[in-house]
Amino acid sequence: MRYLPLTPNDRQAMLAAVGAAAIDDLFVDVPEAARLSGPIAGLPLHASELAVERHMTKLAARNLSAGAAPFFIGCGAYKHHVPASVDHIIQRGEFLTAYTPYQPEIAQGTLQVMFEFQTQVARLLGTDVANASMYDGSTACWEAIGMARRITKRAKAILSGGLHPHYVSVANTMAKYTGDQLVTALPELTAEPDTARLIGMIDDETSCVVVQYPDILGRIGDLTELAAACQAKKALLVAVVTEPVALGACRSPGEMGADIVVGEGQSIGVGLQFGGPYVGLFGCKDKYVRQMPGRLCGETQDAEGKRGFVLTLSTREQHIRREKATSNICTSSVLCALAWSIHMTLLGEKGLRQLAALNHAGASAAAERLAQVSGVELVTPAFFNEFTLKLSKEARPIVRELADKGILAGVSLGRLYPGEDALANGLVVAVTENTTAEDVETLASALEEVLA
Amino acid sequence: MSRYFTEDHEWIDLDGEIATVGITDYAQSQLGDIVFVEVPEDGKQVAKGDDAAVVESVKAASDVYAPVSGTVIEGNPALEGEPALVNEDPEGDGWFFKMTLSDTSELDSLMDEAAYADFVSKL
Amino acid sequence: MSAINQSGWRPEMTPERRSNEATFTGNRALMLEEALIFEIGSLDTTGVDFAEAPKAASRLGGLERHKDIGLPGLSEPEAVRHYTRLSRQNYAIDLGLFPLGSCTMKHNPRLNERMARLPGFADVHPLQPVDTVQGAFEVIHQLAHWLVTLTGMHSVAMSPKAGAHGELCGVLAIRAALDAKGQQSRKVLLVPESAHGTNPATAAFAGFSVEDIPATEAGRVDLEALKARLGPDVAGVMITNPNTCGLFEPDMKAISDAVHAAGGYVYCDGANFNAIVGRVRPGDLGIDAMHINLHKTFSTPHGGGGPGSGPVVLSAALAPYAPLPFVEEQDGKFILIEEETAGEHHADSFGRMVSFHGQMGMFTRALTYILSHGADGLRQVAEDSVLNANYVLRSLEDVLDAPFANSGPCMHEAIFSDKGLPEGFSTLDIAKGLIDEGFHPMTVYFPLVVHGAMLVEPTETESKAALDQFIGACRSVAERAKAGDAALKSAPHFAPRRRLDETQAARKPVLVWKEPAQAEAAE
Repeated sequence: MRYLPLTPNDRQAMLAAVGAAAIDDLFVDVPEAARLSGPIAGLPLHASELAVERHMTKLAARNLSAGAAPFFIGCGAYKHHVPASVDHIIQRGEFLTAYTPYQPEIAQGTLQVMFEFQTQVARLLGTDVANASMYDGSTACWEAIGMARRITKRAKAILSGGLHPHYVSVANTMAKYTGDQLVTALPELTAEPDTARLIGMIDDETSCVVVQYPDILGRIGDLTELAAACQAKKALLVAVVTEPVALGACRSPGEMGADIVVGEGQSIGVGLQFGGPYVGLFGCKDKYVRQMPGRLCGETQDAEGKRGFVLTLSTREQHIRREKATSNICTSSVLCALAWSIHMTLLGEKGLRQLAALNHAGASAAAERLAQVSGVELVTPAFFNEFTLKLSKEARPIVRELADKGILAGVSLGRLYPGEDALANGLVVAVTENTTAEDVETLASALEEVLA
Repeated sequence: MSRYFTEDHEWIDLDGEIATVGITDYAQSQLGDIVFVEVPEDGKQVAKGDDAAVVESVKAASDVYAPVSGTVIEGNPALEGEPALVNEDPEGDGWFFKMTLSDTSELDSLMDEAAYADFVSKL
Repeated sequence: MSAINQSGWRPEMTPERRSNEATFTGNRALMLEEALIFEIGSLDTTGVDFAEAPKAASRLGGLERHKDIGLPGLSEPEAVRHYTRLSRQNYAIDLGLFPLGSCTMKHNPRLNERMARLPGFADVHPLQPVDTVQGAFEVIHQLAHWLVTLTGMHSVAMSPKAGAHGELCGVLAIRAALDAKGQQSRKVLLVPESAHGTNPATAAFAGFSVEDIPATEAGRVDLEALKARLGPDVAGVMITNPNTCGLFEPDMKAISDAVHAAGGYVYCDGANFNAIVGRVRPGDLGIDAMHINLHKTFSTPHGGGGPGSGPVVLSAALAPYAPLPFVEEQDGKFILIEEETAGEHHADSFGRMVSFHGQMGMFTRALTYILSHGADGLRQVAEDSVLNANYVLRSLEDVLDAPFANSGPCMHEAIFSDKGLPEGFSTLDIAKGLIDEGFHPMTVYFPLVVHGAMLVEPTETESKAALDQFIGACRSVAERAKAGDAALKSAPHFAPRRRLDETQAARKPVLVWKEPAQAEAAE
């Protein structure tokens, strides 16, 4: 077995050294009845690298990869070009095969990356501070709701209809068991996000309002008034960003007054990966830092006065505070945070703005072109790189039909909101720098054909 | 003015109607460098033994219990910016909070300075 | 012969030591200092070339960002160098033995990385029509089959994102099962003091209250004390087996039976599954739910703090409450069971824990690992990991206190303590001394039940020669401590940094970089 260095002779010598006649002697604490006498029947035995590679390659070939088709799917995960050097660097063994930096003297590499990541995230989201990552956007969103409860000592959260339905589901699951009250709504196929409606709902029991920016239909709206309305009632504004590239073109939620900004970082550096692993972004105002979940890296000095970094404010965390911790999170998503940080460093301010401009211009052109198709109506006038079309027919079968033609046309709202007739004709289309004008033309022609 | 001590290493001074609460020098020496103190809000009602404050070192967080029942009237504002005061002057400037007592007889069950010294010497 | 070239290659070996003198750069040969991107990058530099965006009317609804964000860029060569330099300040499995107890830092096979990067896995969107992602579902399905078979359990929930998230999945399934029986009043989870901090944190996160289970002198759950506490308010227990002292709980089946008889459920923290994989099936011990850290037992890389992956195997009693989504095979095709398709058959699911389907990138790696090892190789993994740990235990018990050495063999990790070290020397000094010897220290000060604990988990991917060197280093450091070597108190001396001031970091947290002028103004 190529991964196991002990030789039969080593094993014999070591058994003798520990005073055991056979390996079974080391498993004496396992009750007789629970010991298996040999390899579990019905499972294959070990295999060569070549054999395993063949098996896995065959499975991979059964999937249509995003790069092999005109591709317009978004709704919480986006296909962006990731520079080759990102993957090269994250595969360095010193990053890939390190543990959580519990021994800072020999983990300054990971720690400095965390510190740089926290700073980049905070600046992008417009918050004072950010943590060193969460699992993903959906779990970060729930953690923000819980954090708002701890800060305001209120338990009613109002969720925008524009919040990703999976994020709403995750919050609903947790709220059943924590006693939080969630006020939820479905999105409507309207031009504007539901900001005005939300403002009218905030009361003295509200812990927070959770709003997605851009929202699930791609819409963007000013959060300033909403933030002020929250503040007037001493509630917090939680903003959720599932497409961080948008913040290269649009004002950040923090700048508009959000108290906590969370996000799905997948767009930058991580890749689609069929839904995971991704990286949750989590930023907030300084005054709330002790209620934050997750790891935080801080700057300090070593015994010789040199700058160094350590994990800090750990008394918030499960390994110290146990049942009183702010969260149960331990392992988060640091390697994805590294990929995010490298990609962001390669982009820099200039590159990010160019990337955002390209996305927006491409999406604008695509929206115009697709709206010309007979039976297609553009629902969302203001958007970043994702917009919603209303088709003259139910969108879900059309998405399936176009997939059969090798076009991944977007996400039908019927997939996200099954059984909701008012949304059934909605199609959410994402356009990134990966999308070519030919791709758009292919989609437009195909839609023309199937809607005719 | 007289000072009382608990087995959980809090001290309490009663001066007229108002009592001041902190942790003992022994407690701070066991905790090591204090990095953060969360003091109770004004007006908080506490029963004897309730969690009233939190004191944190780098690797530990400990609850500070109310030594007697009553109402918090003030947390020590200096501790927010300078938690090290608890290490430097635990039984003086490093006090945690002031409170009014609802039942002064609860003090009777606490230790005086000599009894506490004896208690600590046996730990 | 021709004249001797006086400037030949042989360097002069001068007697003076220069090693303690500062260099101009602050570097010491291959030990390279590296500034922050905020100090070396600029807003005008980029390492990515883009075509000019076509000029078009903005559709941003007046929300254009005008102010600088403050994100410095680096060109590709600068970026590669920045991160490569930083990487060299990290210890890693690829560099040497990484004996962090409870963390299972084993070798990460590179085939796993290659497979996860196949475009058919890496470049697939989670919301693609299901007909276009049948291979992805088949990976999930095959891995699920292995996990269920290896554990002897009924089914598995694949979506949890890490161990603690898996714990949450397990205790939510317990909550849902109790609620379905009208037993909302069962609110207490019993958790031993030796548990990972995630156990009580998870229980509280899910709305349970936590009570302690006492341990015996031999480092095991006190069965009689546990039985005495069971009752109508107890929802269940969370037990780690093998436990965090590196010991198997021989009464596990009896514990499960007692908990079941009292109407509760048994959660097992599977962080230590590596010790028993292929040799013991938790399902045979009466367990109702157990998470499996794919980033431990099945060797997906830890990456400096994740991503992990924490599928949860479930008993028949808890299976109906498993979270959405999951994959099922129907008529030779894989389908996704979501909110929409749950129907009556899966109506009791407690709901969704994550967007999308879990850690696909970890599933491909773990399946690759499992297929490489096979049923026989996995069994050998358990045996070698246990043998290696016992070898370390017996090689060090004469120089370091080993609190459970007399209670029989350990499993895959060996526990020591700082008892017997001279006044002023502690576990921390042993750990920092090991850094100078070129090793990552063991887990220290955990579990809490052993004062000054040192938990050593060598894993099965260490050779005997690597173990012997580690043992030699531990012996040397322990003997230095016993001899009162003051230099140990300030170790490490040879790492990129000396001991770091964690008190300063926590008292005045600096969590983001600020321009020097700004930082001063904030003082």
